[in-house]
Amino acid sequence: MTSMQFGIFTVGDVTRDPIAGTTISEHQRIKNTVEIAKKAEEVGLDVFATGEHHNPPFVPSSPTTTLAYIGAQTEKLLLSTSTTLITTNDPVKLAEDYATLQHLVDGRMDLMLGRGNTAPVYPWFGYDGSKAVELTIEHYQLLRRLWDEDVVSWEGKFRTSLQSFTATPRPLDGVAPFVWHGSIRTPEVAELAAYYGDGYFANNIFWPKEHYIRLINFYRQRYAHYGHGQPHQAIVGLGGQFFMRKNSQDAVNEFRPYFDNAPVYGHGPSMEDFTEQTPLTVGSPQQFIEKTLTFADYFGDYQRQLFLVDHAGLPQKIVLEQLDLLGEVLPTLRAEFDARRPADVPDAPTHAARVAARDAALEAPVGEQVTA
Amino acid sequence: MTRVVVVSAGVSDASSSTLLAGQIASAITRAEPAVSIEKVELRPFAHDVIDASITGFASPRLQHVHDLLGQADALVVVSPIYKASYTGLFKAFFDAIDQDVLVGKTVLLAATGGTARHSLAMDFAMRPLFAYLQAVVVPTGVFASPHDWGSDGAGALASRVERAVGELLSLLGGSGSGRSASDDIDLFSETMLSISDPRRE
Repeated sequence: MTSMQFGIFTVGDVTRDPIAGTTISEHQRIKNTVEIAKKAEEVGLDVFATGEHHNPPFVPSSPTTTLAYIGAQTEKLLLSTSTTLITTNDPVKLAEDYATLQHLVDGRMDLMLGRGNTAPVYPWFGYDGSKAVELTIEHYQLLRRLWDEDVVSWEGKFRTSLQSFTATPRPLDGVAPFVWHGSIRTPEVAELAAYYGDGYFANNIFWPKEHYIRLINFYRQRYAHYGHGQPHQAIVGLGGQFFMRKNSQDAVNEFRPYFDNAPVYGHGPSMEDFTEQTPLTVGSPQQFIEKTLTFADYFGDYQRQLFLVDHAGLPQKIVLEQLDLLGEVLPTLRAEFDARRPADVPDAPTHAARVAARDAALEAPVGEQVTA
Repeated sequence: MTRVVVVSAGVSDASSSTLLAGQIASAITRAEPAVSIEKVELRPFAHDVIDASITGFASPRLQHVHDLLGQADALVVVSPIYKASYTGLFKAFFDAIDQDVLVGKTVLLAATGGTARHSLAMDFAMRPLFAYLQAVVVPTGVFASPHDWGSDGAGALASRVERAVGELLSLLGGSGSGRSASDDIDLFSETMLSISDPRRE
């Protein structure tokens, strides 16, 4: 049992390597992603998550295809998403695709839902981008019912109604995949996660921690409000990013050209300012450990930590080296986070634990509360 | 204590925008000595402002200025007029603040330009910006052209400053728009309520 899960998440961007001056093909990027996921398992990480995008320069438009392929070549790695678009995907197809994946990998999966933030994508799938929050809510409410109820009759605003519909396959062991909701600025998404007792994920990459603290605290309060536990028992996941070398100056020198040309923050603030102001670490393994441990000080003890490693045009060789270094510090991170963690903070959710909790709840005498 | 922040986007040394900002600040102090006035020159924050437009967040030193705006009761904003509008720095600075920081705050507009023909830029460019930000904009704007700094025009400029400052203080003495920025999350919006009650229309 892992009290806290560590892993990586990929955006799946095809970005020009600013040193080599070359851009890899989509084919190579997809193959690299699979290699990265297998490497994640090899170095002892718990989770691999892929993004979902439908526009260049991103390749991962079909997460369950990729995750199933990775699942067939791994044994322990938990497969997830970062994020699955709850707005532009049909909830019926989501229910089916992810339940199929759940069966194929024997429960070794969950998913993180997000809105996506690119307005032009919505009409490509027949939706209106100005209704993003409403779509998120209605689609998730339907997805929830399709997994939790065997026969569903449903009527809503954004898709055709359903009469006595059964989504197949039914979830593995009758327990739906665990759901995380990713958001950095939408209180409605935090509320949705809190209402259903789902996990809440803040990507914690590009902004100062203050930008994430408010919604994480709001989610924790609302999680308690809806009776799922105390605020510090809510299920929180965080992102992060780093570039490590044994010698911190080597990390700084090697990463700088990638930082300076990165699609998101390149040509803006200096790398020194950015590392000072955001969760990014560029330095030695010890510096990385110290900064990562502060996350729990700011956001409370949490269940899942994912890092962005393959981005900004970094060559595959360097990405794999970064994963080796992450694997080396992993035992220290696990031990340090566990040492500070109160006993009543829940472990990271897994399929086996959720099935056991469901069974315990079914066996308990009526009226008795069982905490998962 | 009433707090006024004076923001000047002048960039040259001995900038006429900063000079005008100083005159307006002095007029406020003369009329109401108890008002606390803080002056902010945007030029030293130019790189921070552009970085914020790329990253989406303010550096700590720029955040400090944003916090000053948040704590202010009123603003005096002064920009040079370039190419028929406020400067890029002036706009980029206000682009980077949180959406609701200026809601309900009283704002006095002032600008400087090469000729009096630029004066309507205040009403066609600056005023809509602060209307969008839901500030309460003082009716009289103060525009200063080279003519105003000479002996012929100085009296007219001083009287426009007096009039605008009088309007600013009068608005500050009232209830303004009755609104201000709120950090609270609205738990009772239709979309929020629809989360725990899916049947809600």
